[in-house]
Amino acid sequence: MAKHWWKALAVLILTYTIIAGFTHKIPIIGTNGQSSRGLYFHVPMWICMYTMFTISVVNSLRYLAGYDLRKDALASAAGGVGVFYGVLGFATGTLWATYTWGSTFTSDPKQMLTAVALLIYMAYLVLRMSISDIDKRARISAVFNIFAFALLIPLTYIIPRMVDSLHPGSASTPGFASKDTDNNMKAVLYPAFLGWTLLSVWIFTLVVRYKKLELKNIFK
Amino acid sequence: MKFTALQQTITLVKKDILLELRQKYAFYGILLYIVSTVFVINLMIGKPEEKIWNALFWVVQLFVSVNAIAKSFMQENRGRLLYFYSLVHPRSFIAAKLIYNILLMAIMSIITLVCCITFLGNPIINIWYFIGVIMLGGISLSLLFTMLAAIAAQANQNAALMAIMGFPIMLPLLMMLSSIAKSSFLIVYQPGLPKLFLMMGSMDVLIIALSMVLFPFLWKD
Repeated sequence: MAKHWWKALAVLILTYTIIAGFTHKIPIIGTNGQSSRGLYFHVPMWICMYTMFTISVVNSLRYLAGYDLRKDALASAAGGVGVFYGVLGFATGTLWATYTWGSTFTSDPKQMLTAVALLIYMAYLVLRMSISDIDKRARISAVFNIFAFALLIPLTYIIPRMVDSLHPGSASTPGFASKDTDNNMKAVLYPAFLGWTLLSVWIFTLVVRYKKLELKNIFK
Repeated sequence: MKFTALQQTITLVKKDILLELRQKYAFYGILLYIVSTVFVINLMIGKPEEKIWNALFWVVQLFVSVNAIAKSFMQENRGRLLYFYSLVHPRSFIAAKLIYNILLMAIMSIITLVCCITFLGNPIINIWYFIGVIMLGGISLSLLFTMLAAIAAQANQNAALMAIMGFPIMLPLLMMLSSIAKSSFLIVYQPGLPKLFLMMGSMDVLIIALSMVLFPFLWKD
């Protein structure tokens, strides 16, 4: 039980953020109304996704350094969980956009480029499925993973900041600084970051255990 | 007699060009592909207006590049690849492939432009600007697809795999290219045009750097 304290912590934090996120008072600004509560879900999803993709690319690099298949299992598990959280983040953002931007799939740069980045990682998963030889699959998917991550950062983070976009943090819409956020919201937002990240790491460890069972004759 | 990496690269490029000049199989195949596609478009839509002309041009460019570059990697069988592995450093090999594909795409882009102007009318106002943009576009697409063809060639030479991996990455490239190309059709002031050029250039540099670094890992088979 001592090793699993962080899982219990994740459950507690998430219970708190989900209940508090929907019930406590938030500042009502203009026509945003209650949709600002989406902040508690949308941003943590992306933080989980970036965390997972960073874990994935680090393990791909470690695999290429030593050709240890365990690193490949870690990389692919992190890639899968990252895609899952990315899709959730995209869905929460799209839902939020339906009420604040006016339409669901706009031609907004951030939304489109994020969809592209998610498609690239889905292509990574398809690539893994199409090769059957284990060593070859590990090597080729490690190379593609590094390629995909090197494209992810410019596409989803750098370019949207430089162009005009409706999304906060772009050239024409001011972003959220920590001093702009209401203290009530901060009290739910920062625990939400921690809770969702812990949950994603928990799911990641479960997927890795499943993969280790699948390939147990290699790991011994 | 030890050759430097640059000499190795140039020799490989000359080998590819020589093979192509002798057999002309890929060249004529792609030429036929371009002419048929543009002719089919003409049959369906006559002479389209600027935006559609632009969109169709880039779609034709995309499929031409996928086909041309898939062919250039698929024609090497395993035995020949092993022979090259023993001869040259992998970086020279991938550099030679990149340079050869850039040359091929440059020629194909000009041919596509000529076909489109012939069959679909000429809405271009600023032709030299457009030629510059299609050179940039051809180079970017060929760099990307060469890298992906190298990856797909390792995975049982599956051409569909190259397309699957390539289409998401090529989406932002094409978005940027078509908005850069807009200036050659309409005399509008586009704010942020130098920024777009810079982004295209930096994505190209990124792809070249990634290819150079990652290809040696793929090579060890």
